[in-house]
Amino acid sequence: MENESTGQPNTVSASSAPELGGARGLPTAPAPAEAESSPRVWGTSLIHLGGLWKFGMRFFRALSRPPYEFKEIIRQLNVIGFRSLSLVSVVGVVIGAVLTMQSRPVMIKFGAEAFIPAMVAISVMRELSPVLISVILGGRVGAGIGAELGSMRASEQIDAMDVAALDPYKYLVFTRVVACMIALPLLCIYADFLALIGSWIVERVEAGMSVNLFVNSVVSSVEFSDYLPGVAKTIFFGFTIGVVGCYEGYNSTGGTEGVGKSATDAAVTSSLLIILLDVLFVKLTLMIWPP
Amino acid sequence: MIHLFKHETKEETPKGGMLLRVEHVSVAFDHPVLRDVSIHVAHGETLAILGKSGTGKSVLLKLIVGLLDPDKGKIFYKDKDVTNLKEEALMELRTQIGFLFQGSALFDSMTVGQNLDFFLSKHTELEPDAREKKIVEALDMVQLGRAIDKLPSELSGGMRKRAGLARSIVLEPELILYDEPTTGLDPLTASSIAELILEMQSRLGIASIVVTHDLPTAFTVADRAVVLNEGYAVFEGRLEDLHDSSDEFLREYVGASHLDRARREKLLATKQWAQGLQHKTVAPPI
Repeated sequence: MENESTGQPNTVSASSAPELGGARGLPTAPAPAEAESSPRVWGTSLIHLGGLWKFGMRFFRALSRPPYEFKEIIRQLNVIGFRSLSLVSVVGVVIGAVLTMQSRPVMIKFGAEAFIPAMVAISVMRELSPVLISVILGGRVGAGIGAELGSMRASEQIDAMDVAALDPYKYLVFTRVVACMIALPLLCIYADFLALIGSWIVERVEAGMSVNLFVNSVVSSVEFSDYLPGVAKTIFFGFTIGVVGCYEGYNSTGGTEGVGKSATDAAVTSSLLIILLDVLFVKLTLMIWPP
Repeated sequence: MIHLFKHETKEETPKGGMLLRVEHVSVAFDHPVLRDVSIHVAHGETLAILGKSGTGKSVLLKLIVGLLDPDKGKIFYKDKDVTNLKEEALMELRTQIGFLFQGSALFDSMTVGQNLDFFLSKHTELEPDAREKKIVEALDMVQLGRAIDKLPSELSGGMRKRAGLARSIVLEPELILYDEPTTGLDPLTASSIAELILEMQSRLGIASIVVTHDLPTAFTVADRAVVLNEGYAVFEGRLEDLHDSSDEFLREYVGASHLDRARREKLLATKQWAQGLQHKTVAPPI
């Protein structure tokens, strides 16, 4: 029988999994000799991805079943979004400043110094800011969610919700995924803005460029198709971070050791998926808005 | 004191009618955990499930609330087959069963009061004021009235168990499942928790299943006991009869608990005291 709650192929609860020898259908740690077996590794990875897919698809079922936990969504927005502001601020400014510093010599060599603001703006908005911010938040937020839900699983808090008919998926997973999908685009827009400030600071120091000239250069060269896809894909990246973080934590096994593993797996898997998904989104963007 | 708990006045579930039947249940994961186990619990009755660690006691509790599915056998709660219930019916059933987890499983991000209110607000139509009265009364019952605004991290082990117990009774269940309620507590606190469980049962008339490997706790709270060994139910009957068993495992198990006659008589006296509290509202001397 398939477990509705976890997307796993039976109904055994995670908290009991150590006792039950991984009976929930979760991929258990392979024995050293088996760990080297490629077919087993691939099989485990496919089971993992299958479970992740089912777990993610359950989000849409929860979406179709109001009422929603708005208070918890707002609380998660604070945890996921507001508390990431300082990290995103630093990363945003550094992206713009470093890109400007690195590209200046080359642009000067080709006599294209005047295009630096436009080049930085398009690079940041289309690609750098969405992907870098998402990967970094995949680490911070994904690992945080994985650890939090993992410790809730280890301390039987998720089971307590289950036995009290409180639908832990809706309260714990849905709210975090929605918060990620709202927070990521907002943080991306914020990072875009700060990256342009970082770029202008470098241009100001290196070439004495005025704010007006910098802004005019950016506005005249950036189009809607440069801005929208970058922000839009962060909604999907937010979904990925939320679902992966929750999946790893929700299905955590092995007590406190499992909590650490859940956090690490959440960060690694979400970062990897974001980079892979980005290839698809770039291709899709080029199909919709051909150069 | 305001009494909002229906159990104090309702008489429609007299002790003796069958509430839960577990019939020939077997579960195996990578090894057999439960083998052809059958138990039953009547309304208002307390059953202790005893046995060494890893003999499937907690698995049995998770089968009862539908967290696990048995490989064989059936589980009936008020004549409804738990193993074949659809999701919504299973959710409805779970609201009638309280569950006290070994680690209490209080939600870390909520205060004690919010923990109780979370259950009440999701499953009742009560106004906030009525919910608050109910929460205060539940916490008063476990002598935690002053801890309503404390976070679980600010509570001792015994207080967490009490808060977990208050959360288990706040929805007025007809059956409470206790998973190792005294494990990890010092003997005095363990004894006070056992007496509290007994008092809850006596006052509210709730049926209980107490999973434990602690024989004194079982002796204090239970009417009957089932002993599991290697997945089999090797004993079912009155706890007093455990001492007369000729089974080698049972004799070893009882012997290891150092429960001599004087201690047993003291525990029985405690039980009789708590049973005398039924329908009274005086605070126990705990």
